[in-house]
Amino acid sequence: MATVVGDADEAVAGIEDGSTVLIGGFGTAGQPIELIDALIRSGVSDLTVVNNNAGNGRVGLAALLANGQVRKIICSFPRQADSYVFDELYRAGKVELELVPQGTLAERMRAAGAGIGAFFSPTGVGTPLAEGKEGRTIDGRDYLLEYPIKGDVALIKALRADTLGNLVYRKTARNFGPVMATAAKITVVQVSEIVQPGGIDPEVVITPGIFVDRIVKIAGVSPLAETGAAG
Amino acid sequence: MNREPRFDSARRLDRDDLARLVAADIPPGCYLNLGIGQPTRVADFLEPERGVILHTENGMLGVGPQAHGADIDPDLINAGKIPVTETPGAAYFHHADSFAMMRGGHLDVCVLGAFQVSFGGDLANWHTGAADAIPAVGGAMDLAIGAKDVFVLMTLFSKDGSPKLVPKCTYPLTGVACVSRVYTDYGVFVLTDHGVVARETYEIGRDDLAERLGIRFVES
Repeated sequence: MATVVGDADEAVAGIEDGSTVLIGGFGTAGQPIELIDALIRSGVSDLTVVNNNAGNGRVGLAALLANGQVRKIICSFPRQADSYVFDELYRAGKVELELVPQGTLAERMRAAGAGIGAFFSPTGVGTPLAEGKEGRTIDGRDYLLEYPIKGDVALIKALRADTLGNLVYRKTARNFGPVMATAAKITVVQVSEIVQPGGIDPEVVITPGIFVDRIVKIAGVSPLAETGAAG
Repeated sequence: MNREPRFDSARRLDRDDLARLVAADIPPGCYLNLGIGQPTRVADFLEPERGVILHTENGMLGVGPQAHGADIDPDLINAGKIPVTETPGAAYFHHADSFAMMRGGHLDVCVLGAFQVSFGGDLANWHTGAADAIPAVGGAMDLAIGAKDVFVLMTLFSKDGSPKLVPKCTYPLTGVACVSRVYTDYGVFVLTDHGVVARETYEIGRDDLAERLGIRFVES
Protein backbone atom coordinates (compact mmCIF):
# COMPACT_ATOMS: atom_id res chain seq x y z
CA MET A 1 0.00 0.00 0.00
CA ALA A 2 1.31 3.44 -0.92
CA THR A 3 2.14 5.92 1.80
CA VAL A 4 2.40 9.66 1.62
CA VAL A 5 5.66 10.80 3.19
CA GLY A 6 6.60 14.24 4.44
CA ASP A 7 9.60 15.18 2.37
CA ALA A 8 12.05 13.98 -0.27
CA ASP A 9 14.61 12.81 2.33
CA GLU A 10 12.04 10.55 3.93
CA ALA A 11 11.00 9.35 0.47
CA VAL A 12 14.48 8.00 -0.31
CA ALA A 13 15.28 6.76 3.21
CA GLY A 14 16.65 3.22 3.52
CA ILE A 15 18.14 2.93 0.03
CA GLU A 16 21.23 0.77 0.48
CA ASP A 17 24.71 1.05 -0.99
CA GLY A 18 25.00 -1.02 -4.16
CA SER A 19 21.33 -0.66 -5.08
CA THR A 20 20.01 -0.52 -8.63
CA VAL A 21 18.04 2.71 -8.95
CA LEU A 22 15.69 3.31 -11.89
CA ILE A 23 15.44 7.06 -12.46
CA GLY A 24 12.68 8.43 -14.69
CA GLY A 25 13.05 11.16 -17.25
CA PHE A 26 14.07 11.83 -20.83
CA GLY A 27 16.67 14.55 -20.61
CA THR A 28 15.18 16.73 -17.90
CA ALA A 29 11.51 16.10 -18.80
CA GLY A 30 10.15 13.87 -16.04
CA GLN A 31 13.45 13.72 -14.18
CA PRO A 32 12.71 13.64 -10.43
CA ILE A 33 15.29 16.28 -9.57
CA GLU A 34 14.23 16.73 -5.92
CA LEU A 35 14.34 12.98 -5.21
CA ILE A 36 17.79 12.79 -6.78
CA ASP A 37 18.90 15.73 -4.64
CA ALA A 38 17.70 13.80 -1.59
CA LEU A 39 19.61 10.74 -2.79
CA ILE A 40 22.73 12.90 -2.97
CA ARG A 41 22.15 14.13 0.60
CA SER A 42 21.68 10.53 1.80
CA GLY A 43 25.26 9.76 0.76
CA VAL A 44 24.32 6.30 -0.56
CA SER A 45 27.03 4.97 -2.86
CA ASP A 46 28.06 2.28 -5.35
CA LEU A 47 24.76 2.68 -7.19
CA THR A 48 23.77 1.25 -10.55
CA VAL A 49 21.57 3.87 -12.19
CA VAL A 50 19.17 3.17 -15.03
CA ASN A 51 18.04 6.22 -17.01
CA ASN A 52 17.69 7.06 -20.69
CA ASN A 53 20.55 9.54 -20.47
CA ALA A 54 23.57 10.15 -18.28
CA GLY A 55 22.77 13.54 -16.84
CA ASN A 56 22.43 17.07 -18.16
CA GLY A 57 24.36 20.09 -16.95
CA ARG A 58 25.21 19.89 -13.26
CA VAL A 59 21.80 19.18 -11.75
CA GLY A 60 19.89 16.02 -10.89
CA LEU A 61 21.47 12.86 -12.27
CA ALA A 62 24.58 14.78 -13.34
CA ALA A 63 25.05 15.99 -9.76
CA LEU A 64 24.65 12.42 -8.44
CA LEU A 65 27.35 11.31 -10.88
CA ALA A 66 29.60 14.24 -10.01
CA ASN A 67 29.29 13.30 -6.35
CA GLY A 68 30.83 9.88 -7.03
CA GLN A 69 27.82 7.87 -5.91
CA VAL A 70 27.32 5.95 -9.15
CA ARG A 71 29.37 2.88 -10.06
CA LYS A 72 27.53 1.98 -13.24
CA ILE A 73 24.99 3.57 -15.55
CA ILE A 74 22.66 1.63 -17.85
CA CYS A 75 21.31 3.97 -20.53
CA SER A 76 20.70 4.46 -24.25
CA PHE A 77 22.03 7.93 -24.93
CA PRO A 78 24.80 9.17 -22.62
CA ARG A 79 26.42 11.58 -25.04
CA GLN A 80 24.67 14.94 -25.26
CA ALA A 81 25.70 18.54 -25.65
CA ASP A 82 25.59 19.05 -21.88
CA SER A 83 26.63 15.62 -20.59
CA TYR A 84 30.12 16.83 -19.65
CA VAL A 85 29.96 15.42 -16.09
CA PHE A 86 29.41 11.89 -17.39
CA ASP A 87 31.89 12.32 -20.27
CA GLU A 88 34.69 13.24 -17.87
CA LEU A 89 33.97 10.39 -15.43
CA TYR A 90 33.65 7.87 -18.26
CA ARG A 91 36.90 8.91 -19.92
CA ALA A 92 38.64 8.72 -16.53
CA GLY A 93 37.31 5.18 -16.06
CA LYS A 94 35.34 6.20 -12.98
CA VAL A 95 31.93 5.05 -14.16
CA GLU A 96 30.93 1.91 -16.00
CA LEU A 97 28.53 2.14 -18.97
CA GLU A 98 26.08 -0.47 -20.25
CA LEU A 99 24.66 0.88 -23.50
CA VAL A 100 21.17 -0.43 -24.35
CA PRO A 101 18.96 0.55 -27.29
CA GLN A 102 16.19 2.76 -25.97
CA GLY A 103 13.30 0.43 -26.79
CA THR A 104 15.16 -2.54 -25.35
CA LEU A 105 15.84 -0.52 -22.19
CA ALA A 106 12.12 0.17 -21.79
CA GLU A 107 11.10 -3.39 -22.63
CA ARG A 108 13.65 -4.95 -20.25
CA MET A 109 12.07 -2.97 -17.42
CA ARG A 110 8.58 -3.76 -18.65
CA ALA A 111 9.55 -7.47 -18.60
CA ALA A 112 10.84 -7.14 -15.05
CA GLY A 113 7.60 -5.55 -13.94
CA ALA A 114 5.48 -8.12 -15.75
CA GLY A 115 7.32 -11.18 -14.43
CA ILE A 116 8.77 -12.14 -17.80
CA GLY A 117 11.98 -14.18 -17.51
CA ALA A 118 13.51 -12.92 -20.78
CA PHE A 119 12.33 -12.06 -24.28
CA PHE A 120 13.52 -12.10 -27.89
CA SER A 121 13.89 -8.75 -29.66
CA PRO A 122 14.90 -7.99 -33.27
CA THR A 123 16.56 -4.73 -32.20
CA GLY A 124 20.35 -4.77 -32.49
CA VAL A 125 20.68 -7.95 -34.58
CA GLY A 126 23.90 -7.80 -36.61
CA THR A 127 25.26 -4.83 -34.64
CA PRO A 128 28.05 -4.59 -32.05
CA LEU A 129 25.39 -4.51 -29.31
CA ALA A 130 24.48 -8.11 -30.20
CA GLU A 131 27.87 -9.37 -29.03
CA GLY A 132 27.61 -12.03 -26.36
CA LYS A 133 23.84 -12.31 -26.70
CA GLU A 134 22.01 -15.52 -27.48
CA GLY A 135 20.24 -15.44 -30.87
CA ARG A 136 17.18 -17.23 -32.17
CA THR A 137 15.48 -17.35 -35.57
CA ILE A 138 11.71 -17.34 -35.25
CA ASP A 139 9.52 -17.51 -38.37
CA GLY A 140 12.53 -16.57 -40.48
CA ARG A 141 13.47 -13.46 -38.51
CA ASP A 142 16.51 -13.13 -36.24
CA TYR A 143 16.16 -12.08 -32.61
CA LEU A 144 18.35 -11.50 -29.56
CA LEU A 145 17.61 -12.77 -26.07
CA GLU A 146 17.20 -9.88 -23.64
CA TYR A 147 16.94 -10.13 -19.88
CA PRO A 148 14.83 -8.01 -17.52
CA ILE A 149 16.24 -5.05 -15.61
CA LYS A 150 14.91 -5.09 -12.07
CA GLY A 151 15.27 -2.11 -9.79
CA ASP A 152 15.69 -2.09 -6.05
CA VAL A 153 14.16 1.37 -6.16
CA ALA A 154 12.47 3.51 -8.82
CA LEU A 155 12.48 7.28 -8.49
CA ILE A 156 9.93 8.86 -10.80
CA LYS A 157 7.96 12.06 -11.27
CA ALA A 158 4.27 12.40 -12.02
CA LEU A 159 1.90 15.33 -12.12
CA ARG A 160 -0.67 14.19 -9.58
CA ALA A 161 -1.27 11.30 -7.20
CA ASP A 162 -4.13 10.33 -4.99
CA THR A 163 -3.27 9.02 -1.54
CA LEU A 164 -3.57 5.44 -2.85
CA GLY A 165 -0.77 6.05 -5.33
CA ASN A 166 -2.83 6.27 -8.52
CA LEU A 167 -0.87 8.52 -10.87
CA VAL A 168 -1.35 10.78 -13.83
CA TYR A 169 1.57 12.29 -15.68
CA ARG A 170 2.08 15.37 -17.81
CA LYS A 171 2.78 15.37 -21.55
CA THR A 172 6.14 13.89 -22.61
CA ALA A 173 7.33 13.91 -19.00
CA ARG A 174 5.51 10.58 -18.71
CA ASN A 175 8.20 8.72 -20.72
CA PHE A 176 9.77 5.96 -18.57
CA GLY A 177 7.73 6.62 -15.39
CA PRO A 178 4.92 4.08 -15.85
CA VAL A 179 7.36 1.34 -16.89
CA MET A 180 9.84 1.97 -14.08
CA ALA A 181 7.02 2.10 -11.52
CA THR A 182 6.30 -1.57 -12.25
CA ALA A 183 9.92 -2.74 -12.27
CA ALA A 184 11.25 -1.89 -8.80
CA LYS A 185 10.81 -3.33 -5.33
CA ILE A 186 10.11 0.16 -4.00
CA THR A 187 8.65 2.86 -6.23
CA VAL A 188 8.97 6.42 -5.04
CA VAL A 189 7.10 9.16 -6.86
CA GLN A 190 7.32 12.92 -6.54
CA VAL A 191 4.25 14.86 -7.60
CA SER A 192 3.07 18.44 -7.75
CA GLU A 193 -0.27 17.63 -6.17
CA ILE A 194 -1.78 14.94 -3.93
CA VAL A 195 -5.55 14.48 -3.90
CA GLN A 196 -7.93 12.26 -1.96
CA PRO A 197 -9.19 8.97 -3.44
CA GLY A 198 -11.81 9.88 -6.03
CA GLY A 199 -9.92 13.02 -6.95
CA ILE A 200 -8.61 11.35 -10.11
CA ASP A 201 -11.06 9.95 -12.66
CA PRO A 202 -10.37 6.18 -12.65
CA GLU A 203 -10.56 6.23 -16.47
CA VAL A 204 -7.51 8.47 -16.72
CA VAL A 205 -5.24 6.76 -14.18
CA ILE A 206 -2.00 5.86 -15.97
CA THR A 207 -0.13 4.09 -13.16
CA PRO A 208 -2.42 2.23 -10.75
CA GLY A 209 -1.49 2.61 -7.10
CA ILE A 210 -0.51 -1.05 -6.73
CA PHE A 211 2.81 -0.12 -8.37
CA VAL A 212 3.53 2.80 -6.03
CA ASP A 213 5.03 2.67 -2.51
CA ARG A 214 5.95 6.20 -1.48
CA ILE A 215 4.46 9.52 -2.58
CA VAL A 216 5.92 12.91 -1.81
CA LYS A 217 4.60 16.29 -2.77
CA ILE A 218 7.33 18.67 -3.81
CA ALA A 219 6.08 21.98 -2.50
CA GLY A 220 6.30 25.22 -4.36
CA VAL A 221 6.63 23.69 -7.77
CA SER A 222 3.62 24.28 -9.93
CA PRO A 223 3.28 21.86 -12.81
CA LEU A 224 3.52 24.63 -15.36
CA ALA A 225 6.40 26.54 -13.88
CA GLU A 226 9.03 23.92 -13.32
CA THR A 227 12.61 24.66 -14.10
CA GLY A 228 14.78 22.47 -16.26
CA ALA A 229 14.79 23.49 -19.86
CA ALA A 230 15.47 21.07 -22.66
CA GLY A 231 18.91 19.57 -22.75
CA MET B 1 11.06 4.47 -61.75
CA ASN B 2 13.68 6.84 -63.23
CA ARG B 3 11.61 9.94 -62.71
CA GLU B 4 12.35 13.38 -63.97
CA PRO B 5 14.12 15.31 -61.24
CA ARG B 6 11.88 17.69 -59.35
CA PHE B 7 14.62 20.29 -59.07
CA ASP B 8 17.15 21.70 -61.52
CA SER B 9 19.25 18.61 -62.22
CA ALA B 10 22.29 20.73 -63.08
CA ARG B 11 23.01 21.57 -59.45
CA ARG B 12 23.14 19.51 -56.30
CA LEU B 13 20.40 19.86 -53.73
CA ASP B 14 20.73 22.02 -50.64
CA ARG B 15 19.35 21.05 -47.25
CA ASP B 16 15.94 22.61 -47.79
CA ASP B 17 15.58 21.03 -51.23
CA LEU B 18 16.33 17.65 -49.71
CA ALA B 19 13.86 18.08 -46.87
CA ARG B 20 11.23 19.19 -49.40
CA LEU B 21 11.98 16.20 -51.62
CA VAL B 22 11.61 13.71 -48.76
CA ALA B 23 8.44 15.42 -47.56
CA ALA B 24 6.91 15.07 -51.04
CA ASP B 25 7.44 11.29 -50.84
CA ILE B 26 5.79 10.82 -47.44
CA PRO B 27 2.42 9.11 -48.05
CA PRO B 28 -0.61 11.10 -46.88
CA GLY B 29 -2.12 9.94 -43.62
CA CYS B 30 0.89 7.94 -42.51
CA TYR B 31 2.59 7.70 -39.14
CA LEU B 32 6.07 9.18 -39.44
CA ASN B 33 9.11 9.43 -37.18
CA LEU B 34 11.83 11.96 -37.96
CA GLY B 35 15.34 11.44 -36.59
CA ILE B 36 17.31 14.08 -34.73
CA GLY B 37 19.02 16.79 -36.81
CA GLN B 38 18.46 17.19 -40.56
CA PRO B 39 15.51 14.77 -40.79
CA THR B 40 13.56 17.04 -38.42
CA ARG B 41 13.48 19.66 -41.21
CA VAL B 42 11.21 17.41 -43.25
CA ALA B 43 8.37 18.46 -40.95
CA ASP B 44 8.68 22.03 -42.23
CA PHE B 45 7.52 20.87 -45.68
CA LEU B 46 4.61 18.61 -44.70
CA GLU B 47 1.39 20.46 -45.44
CA PRO B 48 -1.14 19.87 -42.62
CA GLU B 49 -3.84 18.81 -45.10
CA ARG B 50 -1.82 15.68 -45.91
CA GLY B 51 -2.66 14.40 -42.46
CA VAL B 52 0.76 12.93 -41.66
CA ILE B 53 1.00 12.16 -37.94
CA LEU B 54 4.40 12.67 -36.36
CA HIS B 55 5.65 10.23 -33.74
CA THR B 56 8.38 11.03 -31.27
CA GLU B 57 10.14 8.22 -29.39
CA ASN B 58 9.72 9.94 -26.03
CA GLY B 59 6.02 9.17 -26.04
CA MET B 60 3.86 11.26 -28.34
CA LEU B 61 1.88 11.08 -31.56
CA GLY B 62 0.70 14.30 -33.15
CA VAL B 63 3.82 16.36 -32.60
CA GLY B 64 3.36 19.96 -33.77
CA PRO B 65 5.88 22.62 -34.77
CA GLN B 66 8.71 23.75 -32.53
CA ALA B 67 7.58 25.91 -29.59
CA HIS B 68 8.88 29.42 -29.14
CA GLY B 69 8.71 32.03 -26.37
CA ALA B 70 5.80 31.66 -23.99
CA ASP B 71 4.74 28.39 -25.67
CA ILE B 72 7.86 26.57 -24.46
CA ASP B 73 6.91 23.85 -21.98
CA PRO B 74 9.75 21.76 -20.50
CA ASP B 75 7.37 18.78 -20.27
CA LEU B 76 6.69 18.88 -24.02
CA ILE B 77 9.80 18.03 -26.03
CA ASN B 78 10.78 15.87 -28.98
CA ALA B 79 13.47 13.21 -29.27
CA GLY B 80 16.08 15.91 -29.86
CA LYS B 81 14.90 17.51 -26.59
CA ILE B 82 13.64 20.52 -28.53
CA PRO B 83 10.45 22.12 -27.12
CA VAL B 84 7.52 21.34 -29.41
CA THR B 85 3.74 21.85 -29.51
CA GLU B 86 0.84 19.43 -29.69
CA THR B 87 -1.65 19.18 -32.54
CA PRO B 88 -5.39 18.42 -32.12
CA GLY B 89 -5.73 14.68 -31.68
CA ALA B 90 -2.28 14.26 -30.15
CA ALA B 91 -1.68 11.36 -27.75
CA TYR B 92 0.87 10.73 -25.01
CA PHE B 93 2.08 7.29 -23.95
CA HIS B 94 4.94 5.68 -22.06
CA HIS B 95 8.22 4.44 -23.49
CA ALA B 96 7.36 0.75 -23.75
CA ASP B 97 4.30 1.63 -25.86
CA SER B 98 6.28 4.11 -27.91
CA PHE B 99 8.82 1.49 -28.89
CA ALA B 100 6.13 -1.15 -29.42
CA MET B 101 4.90 1.20 -32.16
CA MET B 102 8.31 0.87 -33.82
CA ARG B 103 9.31 -2.72 -33.10
CA GLY B 104 5.77 -3.95 -33.65
CA GLY B 105 5.70 -2.58 -37.20
CA HIS B 106 3.01 0.06 -36.63
CA LEU B 107 5.07 3.04 -37.75
CA ASP B 108 4.89 3.60 -41.51
CA VAL B 109 8.04 5.59 -42.23
CA CYS B 110 11.06 6.91 -40.40
CA VAL B 111 13.65 9.32 -41.78
CA LEU B 112 17.13 9.01 -40.32
CA GLY B 113 20.55 10.52 -40.87
CA ALA B 114 23.50 8.21 -41.56
CA PHE B 115 27.27 7.93 -41.59
CA GLN B 116 27.01 5.15 -44.18
CA VAL B 117 24.41 3.05 -45.97
CA SER B 118 25.36 -0.11 -47.85
CA PHE B 119 23.97 -1.03 -51.28
CA GLY B 120 22.09 -3.81 -49.49
CA GLY B 121 20.45 -1.39 -47.05
CA ASP B 122 22.63 -1.85 -43.98
CA LEU B 123 22.62 1.32 -41.87
CA ALA B 124 25.47 2.82 -39.83
CA ASN B 125 24.44 5.95 -37.98
CA TRP B 126 25.21 5.64 -34.28
CA HIS B 127 28.93 5.26 -33.78
CA THR B 128 32.03 6.17 -35.76
CA GLY B 129 33.93 3.36 -34.09
CA ALA B 130 36.60 5.81 -32.93
CA ALA B 131 38.30 4.46 -29.81
CA ASP B 132 37.75 7.62 -27.76
CA ALA B 133 34.14 8.18 -28.85
CA ILE B 134 31.43 7.79 -26.22
CA PRO B 135 28.85 5.53 -27.82
CA ALA B 136 25.21 6.61 -27.78
CA VAL B 137 22.51 4.66 -29.59
CA GLY B 138 19.22 6.10 -28.35
CA GLY B 139 16.29 4.82 -30.40
CA ALA B 140 18.18 4.41 -33.67
CA MET B 141 18.40 0.60 -33.65
CA ASP B 142 14.72 0.20 -32.73
CA LEU B 143 13.66 2.60 -35.49
CA ALA B 144 15.93 1.02 -38.07
CA ILE B 145 14.43 -2.44 -37.72
CA GLY B 146 10.93 -1.34 -36.73
CA ALA B 147 9.55 1.18 -39.20
CA LYS B 148 7.98 -0.33 -42.34
CA ASP B 149 10.05 2.02 -44.49
CA VAL B 150 13.36 3.55 -43.48
CA PHE B 151 14.43 6.57 -45.51
CA VAL B 152 17.92 7.96 -45.04
CA LEU B 153 18.67 11.63 -45.60
CA MET B 154 22.38 12.39 -45.88
CA THR B 155 25.08 13.96 -48.02
CA LEU B 156 26.33 11.45 -50.58
CA PHE B 157 29.99 12.13 -49.87
CA SER B 158 31.79 12.74 -46.59
CA LYS B 159 33.97 15.80 -46.07
CA ASP B 160 37.03 13.92 -47.37
CA GLY B 161 35.13 13.06 -50.56
CA SER B 162 34.58 9.37 -49.84
CA PRO B 163 31.12 7.97 -50.68
CA LYS B 164 28.67 7.27 -47.86
CA LEU B 165 26.62 4.90 -50.03
CA VAL B 166 29.02 1.96 -49.99
CA PRO B 167 29.29 -1.74 -50.92
CA LYS B 168 29.80 -2.60 -47.23
CA CYS B 169 29.66 -0.34 -44.17
CA THR B 170 32.94 0.14 -42.36
CA TYR B 171 31.32 1.87 -39.37
CA PRO B 172 29.50 -0.19 -36.73
CA LEU B 173 26.01 -1.14 -37.90
CA THR B 174 22.72 0.18 -36.55
CA GLY B 175 20.60 -2.32 -38.47
CA VAL B 176 20.92 -4.92 -41.24
CA ALA B 177 19.18 -4.58 -44.64
CA CYS B 178 16.72 -2.06 -43.25
CA VAL B 179 17.04 1.06 -45.46
CA SER B 180 14.66 1.34 -48.40
CA ARG B 181 15.58 4.75 -49.86
CA VAL B 182 18.50 7.15 -49.64
CA TYR B 183 17.99 10.86 -50.30
CA THR B 184 21.19 12.76 -50.96
CA ASP B 185 22.39 16.05 -52.39
CA TYR B 186 23.44 14.25 -55.62
CA GLY B 187 20.49 11.93 -56.08
CA VAL B 188 17.75 9.69 -54.76
CA PHE B 189 18.47 5.98 -54.55
CA VAL B 190 15.92 3.22 -54.12
CA LEU B 191 17.36 0.06 -52.59
CA THR B 192 15.65 -3.04 -53.98
CA ASP B 193 16.18 -6.77 -53.67
CA HIS B 194 17.91 -6.84 -57.05
CA GLY B 195 20.09 -3.74 -56.63
CA VAL B 196 20.21 0.03 -56.32
CA VAL B 197 18.02 2.19 -58.56
CA ALA B 198 19.19 5.77 -59.17
CA ARG B 199 15.74 7.38 -59.29
CA GLU B 200 17.04 10.84 -60.05
CA THR B 201 20.43 12.52 -59.97
CA TYR B 202 21.64 16.08 -59.49
CA GLU B 203 24.76 17.86 -60.76
CA ILE B 204 26.48 14.59 -61.70
CA GLY B 205 25.06 12.32 -64.39
CA ARG B 206 23.96 8.74 -63.61
CA ASP B 207 26.98 7.11 -65.26
CA ASP B 208 29.54 9.38 -63.60
CA LEU B 209 27.85 8.88 -60.26
CA ALA B 210 27.95 5.10 -60.72
CA GLU B 211 31.66 5.34 -61.34
CA ARG B 212 32.29 7.46 -58.25
CA LEU B 213 30.29 5.07 -56.11
CA GLY B 214 31.72 1.92 -57.69
CA ILE B 215 28.27 0.61 -58.42
CA ARG B 216 26.22 -0.60 -61.36
CA PHE B 217 22.73 0.81 -60.97
CA VAL B 218 19.82 -1.41 -61.90
CA GLU B 219 16.62 -0.36 -63.67
CA SER B 220 13.54 -0.49 -61.51
